[in-house]
Amino acid sequence: MSVLLWAAVMLIGGTGSVLRFFVDGAVSSVAGRDFPTGTLVVNISGSVILGLLTGLALSHDAALLAGTAAVGSYTTFSTWMLETQRLAEERQQRKVLLNVAVSLVLGVTAAALGKLIGAHL
Amino acid sequence: MPSVPGPSVSSTRPAGAAPGKRRILPRADRREIAAIFAGGALGTLARAALSDAFPRSATSWPWPTFAVNITACFLLGYFVTRLQERLPLSSYRRPLVGTGLCGGLSTFSTMQVEIVKMLGAHAWGLAAGYTAASIGAGYIAIHLASAMVRRTRVRQQRVAQ
Repeated sequence: MSVLLWAAVMLIGGTGSVLRFFVDGAVSSVAGRDFPTGTLVVNISGSVILGLLTGLALSHDAALLAGTAAVGSYTTFSTWMLETQRLAEERQQRKVLLNVAVSLVLGVTAAALGKLIGAHL
Repeated sequence: MPSVPGPSVSSTRPAGAAPGKRRILPRADRREIAAIFAGGALGTLARAALSDAFPRSATSWPWPTFAVNITACFLLGYFVTRLQERLPLSSYRRPLVGTGLCGGLSTFSTMQVEIVKMLGAHAWGLAAGYTAASIGAGYIAIHLASAMVRRTRVRQQRVAQ
């Protein structure tokens, strides 16, 4: 493990987080803030890309940089859960169920689809 | 520092800022972006190091992802509740710790790919258990962290009375 590789992990991870901030903000400003659509779009788009990278069967270092560092930092589990918990505090039960179910169904479908496409490239 | 309108300050405005144009990208200053970048870099390093140190097969419980996701939920619940309900508004704490550190530490895409691999290996019970445990524990972590911050505030108010 070289220092350079882990420095690249940090640089790419920081960039992925900044990209998430801009995509989330852009989607939220178009779709409104009643439902956490920004996080949903970030997470689903990230899942399809990580699925694709998984299907490509990259080398260890390439998978670490492109998958774990770039796509891993771009998507977020904690914000998804925070927004779900805050919706529950506001007693918006329908939106709670919708946010969990839609993210999961689309997330697994996107990852599976990406993996399938990646394996055929 | 109050800004004085007039030609003397026009040079301090960002070159691309057109006041009449509808803005889609979020407003962000350089310090905010730097905070997100720094937090995201640290969170990603921690997650990548853990995932690299503990490689696992498709049919085993993904402890590294599970651990970072639940830890990030607890931290995010704690800091967001504290920043929103207790501390004065700050321009860089939320981006640094919330958007950066917790967002970089946790990952949704890796969890989805892990579930797909479990389903591919016909480990149905593991896939269902991992999904339910991640969502359940993540939700509870945020709930507990938020409750902890709020209880501290109530106790301090009682002492003050």
